[in-house]
Amino acid sequence: MRITCPYCGERGNDEFSYLGDASVVRPDPASPNASEAFYDFAYERRNVAGPMQELWYHAAGCHAWLVVTRDTRTHEIFEVKSAQDVALERQKSAGAAQ
Amino acid sequence: MTQFQSFRVASLGLVDRTKPLDFTFDGVPYTGFAGDTLASALLANGVHLVGRSFKYHRPRGILTAGSEEPNALVELRSGARREANTRATVAELYEGLEAKSQNRFPSLSLDLLSINGLLSPVFSAGFYYKTFMWPASFWEKLYEPIIRRAAGLGRAANEPDPDTYDKANAFCDVLVIGSGPAGLMAALSAARAGAKVILVEESFAFGGRLLSDARTIDGKSGVEWVSSVVAELASLPNVRLMTRTTIFGAYDTGTFGAVERVADHVAVPAAGEPRQRLWHIVAKRTVIAQGSTERPIIFGNNDRPGIMLASAVRTYINRFGVAPGKTAVVFSNNDEAASTIDDLVRAGIEVSALVDTRPVLPPEIKAKARKHGIRVFEGAAVADATGGQRVTGARIAAAYGASHNVTCDLIAVSGGFNPNLQVTTHLGGRPQWLESLSAFVPGTLPKGMTVAGTANGSLSLAACLREGAEAGAAAATPNGLETVVSAIPAVDDELTEVSAFWHVEGAKHKAFVDQQNDVTAADVRLAEREGFRSVEHLKRYTTLGMATDQGKTSNVNGLAMMAELTKKSIPATGTTTARPPYTPVSLGVLAGEHREKHFKPTRLTPSHAWAKERGAVFIEAGMWLRAQYFPKPGEADWLTTVNREVKTIRSGVGVCDVSTLGKIEVHGTDAGKFLDRVYINMMSTLGVGKARYGMMLREDGIAMDDGTAARFAEDRYFITTTTANAIKVLQHLELCRQWYWPDLDVQLFPVSDQWAQYSVAGPRARDLLAKIVDAPFDISNEAFPYMAAAEISALGGIKARIYRLSFSGELAYEIAVPARHGDLLMRKLMSEGEAFGAIPYGTEALGVMRIEKGHVGGSELNGTTTAADLGLGKMASTKKDYIGRVLSQRPGLIDGARPRLIGFKPVDKSARLRGGAHFIGKDAQPTAENDQGYMTSVAYSPMLGHWVGLGLLARGDSRIGEIVTAVDPVRGETTLVEVVSAAFYDAEGARLRV
Repeated sequence: MRITCPYCGERGNDEFSYLGDASVVRPDPASPNASEAFYDFAYERRNVAGPMQELWYHAAGCHAWLVVTRDTRTHEIFEVKSAQDVALERQKSAGAAQ
Repeated sequence: MTQFQSFRVASLGLVDRTKPLDFTFDGVPYTGFAGDTLASALLANGVHLVGRSFKYHRPRGILTAGSEEPNALVELRSGARREANTRATVAELYEGLEAKSQNRFPSLSLDLLSINGLLSPVFSAGFYYKTFMWPASFWEKLYEPIIRRAAGLGRAANEPDPDTYDKANAFCDVLVIGSGPAGLMAALSAARAGAKVILVEESFAFGGRLLSDARTIDGKSGVEWVSSVVAELASLPNVRLMTRTTIFGAYDTGTFGAVERVADHVAVPAAGEPRQRLWHIVAKRTVIAQGSTERPIIFGNNDRPGIMLASAVRTYINRFGVAPGKTAVVFSNNDEAASTIDDLVRAGIEVSALVDTRPVLPPEIKAKARKHGIRVFEGAAVADATGGQRVTGARIAAAYGASHNVTCDLIAVSGGFNPNLQVTTHLGGRPQWLESLSAFVPGTLPKGMTVAGTANGSLSLAACLREGAEAGAAAATPNGLETVVSAIPAVDDELTEVSAFWHVEGAKHKAFVDQQNDVTAADVRLAEREGFRSVEHLKRYTTLGMATDQGKTSNVNGLAMMAELTKKSIPATGTTTARPPYTPVSLGVLAGEHREKHFKPTRLTPSHAWAKERGAVFIEAGMWLRAQYFPKPGEADWLTTVNREVKTIRSGVGVCDVSTLGKIEVHGTDAGKFLDRVYINMMSTLGVGKARYGMMLREDGIAMDDGTAARFAEDRYFITTTTANAIKVLQHLELCRQWYWPDLDVQLFPVSDQWAQYSVAGPRARDLLAKIVDAPFDISNEAFPYMAAAEISALGGIKARIYRLSFSGELAYEIAVPARHGDLLMRKLMSEGEAFGAIPYGTEALGVMRIEKGHVGGSELNGTTTAADLGLGKMASTKKDYIGRVLSQRPGLIDGARPRLIGFKPVDKSARLRGGAHFIGKDAQPTAENDQGYMTSVAYSPMLGHWVGLGLLARGDSRIGEIVTAVDPVRGETTLVEVVSAAFYDAEGARLRV
């Protein structure tokens, strides 16, 4: 499998390490149900068959965390983004919503 | 000696007759020519019997001329290079080649175990499951040794492989797999269009079937046409040509695994040359042009030496100039195979019969047979072969029911063709049944892959050339542009009709479906009767197709038989898909250079060279090689050395290389805020010029790592991690920084390799370092107290950092210099330290001193303990949030009954403690229910004069003074121990702050 790092270009997957679902968001520790929310965050994962957003780390490269959209059935990769950019976008839209 | 090659045909073949090569088979000397395979050279010498079969020890010969060979497996080479199960049909002949037949006892021609053939009712399908069921104890002692003696194939070498193996990467626009007519045209079209092309050929020569069949292209012989195309490809800078290279697997995103046999065709690789090379080829698009594999027809004794695929017969005649017999029978169900009579006649082989299963043969073929005076049996079959170690005749079941016996020493058999579609199925593609070819052809294909020629089910040469040219041009052309297809050459005429015929009813003798695994037609029938009818059950019950040839000549035949038995169509019965590798791959080439000591990198500390000179004993710690202890002459054992080291440090001074710690610079205006969120304790309040111990948790509340943070400026921290977690912690912190809190102004720089860092510990540590640090730095206790940190210079102008940290409990410092000065610093510390009796110490004394002080190490930070379990609960700040805080408060993790870290000493002071021993009540039985925890770390304390231990004991912190039993069932030891404070030595910490 080849992953196109936005900073380093197309690289073999042996340069990357995998974390998992990028759609789960670290909960607010101050929220009243923090305990349940963190339990879900730490342990609950969907077993997706199909396109999925995943966190990958370019361990043997630029140390960037990436959000990779990959089909878990075919390993086809549709999109790779900088995780920091995605996270900043998410913060911005959360801020706008308030 | 060449006169002995009595089966050479003078006028035919591509072998180099000016280069005779001597070789031996089972110790008998023979000769062949350069350009021969071992199989063709054996046949040139009239040797057909080359091995014994897997289960029944039946005599076996050479069935094919390619990598699909199920029978002709030999041991090649000897000694450390002995290599089992080498297919003689692909092993290139070289001067001095040594080969031995396999699985025979005591000799190939007299095999006592062929009696297994008479016991065949016992060895039928599923015999393992049925025969050797009971009694269970018989399996290991009786059945298994007998089966291992009787079955199995060759023997691997017993010595380490003396050769080296290489790995390489290649990238291209178009990868063409196979260099027959379709592959050559594909490569040519793609290359002429300007694409970067890699053409991969399994054999040692390009051309595929064009080397084996006498054909005419553009008015030239096929061989001449191949040479002209290869010459053009070789002249193009955008083409890489690779022979002796097998694509063994297709992987994601256009990645292919390939093995290049760099030096398999010579006795010993040249100096500096690898034996084989593993390639990762990354291709934008791929053209599969791997041709097809001919399949046999199943009849009685169809495994006798001298029975050969018709295409292999033509290969031996045309490519190798070898007559594989004197009198032949052709047994076919298709035009291409029936046309083999031309080649046989040209090679001077008498053809005693053409037997074809089709009721009516094309008039062209009948005319040829008539011309050569060959007797033709239409609508007939070879029901049985006669002979033992060589076929001696064929019993023909004619259309009208009569039986004819003809004499022959060669049967050229063909049941049609299976396209080589294995690589198209590696990523989950499903083949589809093509009725007109009676074969599976590639169905769904991975992105970027196309198939051309016979591999696609197109048998005629004209179609192969055209499809190849079109596929190559399309693969070379980016989407949207018009493709330019190279001119397609004209070819001579041919007949390509194929019929469906799988096996002959009424055979009197054993008829083999899978020759490598000795699976017979009767086994397939048995599987059907016993209900193992799906193709997956058939395979597993009979082992059909499960040998190293992956059933290339047997799978479809077995499937077709099952379809007939169950009265279903073949596609309704199942399909055949393959998994990598396409052909067997040696473990050596997969390992490459990663073997023995090079399996993983060895990291050396900055003081390594010095420590080696000093006679250190080293220990592997992860990838690091660290000094474990520094024995002095006359010291009886490691414990004597370590005791001396600990005592010297605690009374004088010692130096230990701690450069292996993970080191990270944390910069930015939000650095303090960031560290507050990842450590359980406060770091934003740390003063500039100070250091603090810190602990990190995982999000689930379990302790992850510990270390220190030092602050050198408002926006500049330096943190350390444990050696083992250096990489993991950086990855975790990067996730926190980039993904959780992307808005913080913080940057991380891993600097583990940049700093050489030494611990200088003991009452004389300050006196020693005073000689190392440069003025005007004041190292006095008042100016530089416990937990101070400073950026200084040392050794006359070298940039340095100094931290007053202690792992040993003594007055201690850590001093760091850029790694390139590490060796110098260690030498200086030792030379300046002579006046104070300074010694170096290793990980062993380090460990003893930390246990004497009750500090946690890797055995306690073991992924199951919380900060509270380790007695560090009070460190956790309640004024902020941090990773792991929420879940660390779960009921299960704050349960007071959890095992807590505490100290242990033996009641009998002379007793030894053991790491891993479990604690039970003093008089309790050693059962799992009575388990109360376990010992994590032990050491002999030279200061106290007895063993001390750290351990996790249920409610341990409230049980001081209690006596419990430590049970070590592994060593059979039971020791009474007293629960004590973990701070065994200098509990009040007075020695730290002086």
